[in-house]
Amino acid sequence: MAKYDAIVVGAGHNGLTNAAYLARSGLKVLVVERMPWIGGAAVSREIEKGWIYSNCSYVCSLLRPEIFRDLELARHGLQIVPYGGGVSITSSGDILGNYTDEDVQRREFARHNPRDADAYHRYSTDVMRQCKFIRPLLLRTPPDPTSFKPRDLREMIFLGRELNKFGEQFIYDTLRFYSMSIADFLNEYFESDAIKCHLSGSGIIGSAMGVYSPGTAYVLLHHYMGDVDGSIGAWGFARGGMGAVSKAIANSFKSFGGEIVTDAPVARVIVKGGRVTGVATENGNEYHADIVVSNLDPRRTFTKIFDPRDLPPAIVEKAHNWKIRGSSGKLNIALDGLPEFPALGKNNPLAYGDMHFLDSLEKMERAYDDWKNGTWSKEPYLDLLIPSLTDPTMAPPGKHFMSVFVQYVPPFIHGREWTDADREGFKNTVLDQIGRYSPNFKSLVRHVECRTPRELENEVGLTEGNIFQGELTMDQLLFNRPFPGYAQYHGPVKGFYMCGSGTHPGGGVMAAPGANAAREILMDLRRPNIVPEGWRDD
Amino acid sequence: MSIKDEMNRKEHFRKAVWETPFHPRTSALNSVNEWHRWKDYTTADVFFDTALEYAAIRNACAVFDLTPMTKHLITGPDALAFLNRLVTRDVAKIKPGRVGYCVWCDDNGQVIDDGTVFHLREGVFRLCSQERQLDWLSRSAHGFDVKIVEDTHEVAALALQGPTSCAVLKAIGCAGAEMMKPFDIRYFPFAGSELMVSRTGFTGDLGYELWIDPPRALELWDALFDKGENHGIRPMGTHALEVARIEAGFIAAQVDFHCANQAIMLDRSRSPFELDLGRLVDFSKPNFNGRRALLEEKKKGSRFRFVRLDVEGNKPARSAYIYDKDKNVVGTVTSAEWSPSAKANIAYASMHMPWGRPDDELWAEIYYQRELKWSRVMARCRVVEGVFWDPPRRRATPAADF
Repeated sequence: MAKYDAIVVGAGHNGLTNAAYLARSGLKVLVVERMPWIGGAAVSREIEKGWIYSNCSYVCSLLRPEIFRDLELARHGLQIVPYGGGVSITSSGDILGNYTDEDVQRREFARHNPRDADAYHRYSTDVMRQCKFIRPLLLRTPPDPTSFKPRDLREMIFLGRELNKFGEQFIYDTLRFYSMSIADFLNEYFESDAIKCHLSGSGIIGSAMGVYSPGTAYVLLHHYMGDVDGSIGAWGFARGGMGAVSKAIANSFKSFGGEIVTDAPVARVIVKGGRVTGVATENGNEYHADIVVSNLDPRRTFTKIFDPRDLPPAIVEKAHNWKIRGSSGKLNIALDGLPEFPALGKNNPLAYGDMHFLDSLEKMERAYDDWKNGTWSKEPYLDLLIPSLTDPTMAPPGKHFMSVFVQYVPPFIHGREWTDADREGFKNTVLDQIGRYSPNFKSLVRHVECRTPRELENEVGLTEGNIFQGELTMDQLLFNRPFPGYAQYHGPVKGFYMCGSGTHPGGGVMAAPGANAAREILMDLRRPNIVPEGWRDD
Repeated sequence: MSIKDEMNRKEHFRKAVWETPFHPRTSALNSVNEWHRWKDYTTADVFFDTALEYAAIRNACAVFDLTPMTKHLITGPDALAFLNRLVTRDVAKIKPGRVGYCVWCDDNGQVIDDGTVFHLREGVFRLCSQERQLDWLSRSAHGFDVKIVEDTHEVAALALQGPTSCAVLKAIGCAGAEMMKPFDIRYFPFAGSELMVSRTGFTGDLGYELWIDPPRALELWDALFDKGENHGIRPMGTHALEVARIEAGFIAAQVDFHCANQAIMLDRSRSPFELDLGRLVDFSKPNFNGRRALLEEKKKGSRFRFVRLDVEGNKPARSAYIYDKDKNVVGTVTSAEWSPSAKANIAYASMHMPWGRPDDELWAEIYYQRELKWSRVMARCRVVEGVFWDPPRRRATPAADF
């Protein structure tokens, strides 16, 4: 079979980004994809005729602007449209809105607690300081703190200089911040439960952790550190759904001569004489290359497509123990009209953003307790958006697409596999919750794509449906991601690399892992580095 | 419904910018319709012509609507003790009926904000500031029996500034106003209510600030403009005030310094010493926010020096870099204007230590545009002691009629 310079396993946005840089450098690159379509979890599909769903990921902020520009994704069809709004609705019918206007936002907070309204300045300054610290690290390979290689030392010095810009106190704050819970963090600023639970959502999305679990403060930062056109913390829609991100990167890749083969599940990575020589697919094809890059999560990479006999025992064990717990589900809903939310009144700009139905941190923690008990939350945390209010391409005029991210959803029901009846019960729990806040919602539902961790694993390939390819906790971040000693995108076998969200800096549709891995590969091949560094951002 | 109640409604967002109680009058007089936002309110940049409005401040009198300024009411048995813990100067020296200019710092001795403390009545204080401060005030109040509320919307306020301002005050019925010393507070009956007058302002001239219940606001405005007609009264916008402010030597939060509780990087905030406000720091007080850090700074030295500059030529050095004679950047201009009263090209600058000494050779790099053509000049700067404009009438008591 054909011989390539590099083969990327998985056509997710990171696999495609990695492939695009390798191809642009002049390598002959093949991307091998299991599904008939590309995109992984950044995918848009028409399941109900006339509706385009963002089937998995649904909003965009973290996608590195340096890569956006460098791979000419705009020319290849990608458009990110910022959205305003966002609101938490309480069971008593009150709201806490997100307003883009600073004064209006302050009044909204003051309505709930005047002191909290002023404390928001301190909160956003402290979070912004963390953003400013981490953003330059996103497009850098994490240094190995135990290494004395000149490059690692140089990177450690860079890190030290960055820290120094913020002062001694910041080092203490950062160590605490990365290890504390979002509830504890918010308690240092706010008194109002409505404000705290509204803000805490960003600390748990995608994590099998509750608002009181240590490590969730960082998860909040992970959702704040992106930007839309320089507006840090802002989020937007990819026009045409999140599949537009993957499509644009794939188009860029193809413009450099790259090839993609779909419907080709990789059965195993071929290892000969201690180095990779290619991949074999389940349908019996072999593709050869001296470099193989995995876009899969670390668990799947080292337990599904590798022969464990080719790997050091510790890697096999670390992959099995990789913390990649399923915690969320997704409902994509086609609606025959716009649902009304009486708490918002008519023509409320808040409806253009993310909606949640929240009362207290306590209630959010109880939702997590359900997960621990092996069932989906009776009162789940929803991140609900109606992208068709902003993006006219998602649904026919007057019709709407509703994207509902749901937490908490366990990977197994009381330890056993999900059944279709479970899935139906889960779906109804979510639809009922929305129905309680929107009387006409259920009558508008035309089609529901309901995805539990079972579907997310089987259809998308994310172990347990974990959206980040592994928890974003300190034991799995920076030089620990995915494993200590393997954070620089190299695998344990010569010629093998990792480029998925299970590597630094993690998930969220950043494209940074793919780009960083490409930089390492090109350096190993002694080719010029064409992967951009992060823009200066002081 | 009061403005505060309206802002507390769920539907408040349908209106992002509010009008002060004086708006029916200010909007009628604003012939150029130029406004900008000041916190919750819309406020006039200019009413007719900035140069004429500025001239009224220095030659007759001008009225400025300062209702949007943030106000906090501080009461309770520990009000004085609390304020002494908060600000760097000794508040015990601000007797009832007096006003004092203050700064307050974080624990690192960096200035969070500046403002004025009004000792309204025995043990009752009002703190006026640029930014809202409930968070920091509440955090500083642990252990104090004190009540702190923001009452910005409950007080309508006007600045009446200029040499004829006292005459106008007397004409509207404030008998004996001429005997008020700078920073005095007096209460006068007005329209069945109470008018509070303080001899304060942001112009460095003879001037007063008038504080009244919002429902009486228009009556106050009408009285001033009725009686002031023969004293050259005019409304003024922010542009005119800005020129007077810089001439008078006042710094502005978020212009000449960045509020420390909003500073992301270490070198973005300033201590009182670095703003030439060392006179406001009283180490004889046992404890106040930032005391330890400020003592340390006093010992080790500051990082920055605030200076007033007289810049050669006539082109305002707005946002200019300041260079030493070897063309190293040694500072940045924070505010700059041509001063019509001092007939000088004036600027404030934040200098890296040790620059900004009286004998330093300093140069401002000024960019300016004429007929769309950009030009650059290097202008020699001289460090000035004191403020640029300081007429005797600013302090004279009794105040003259013009």
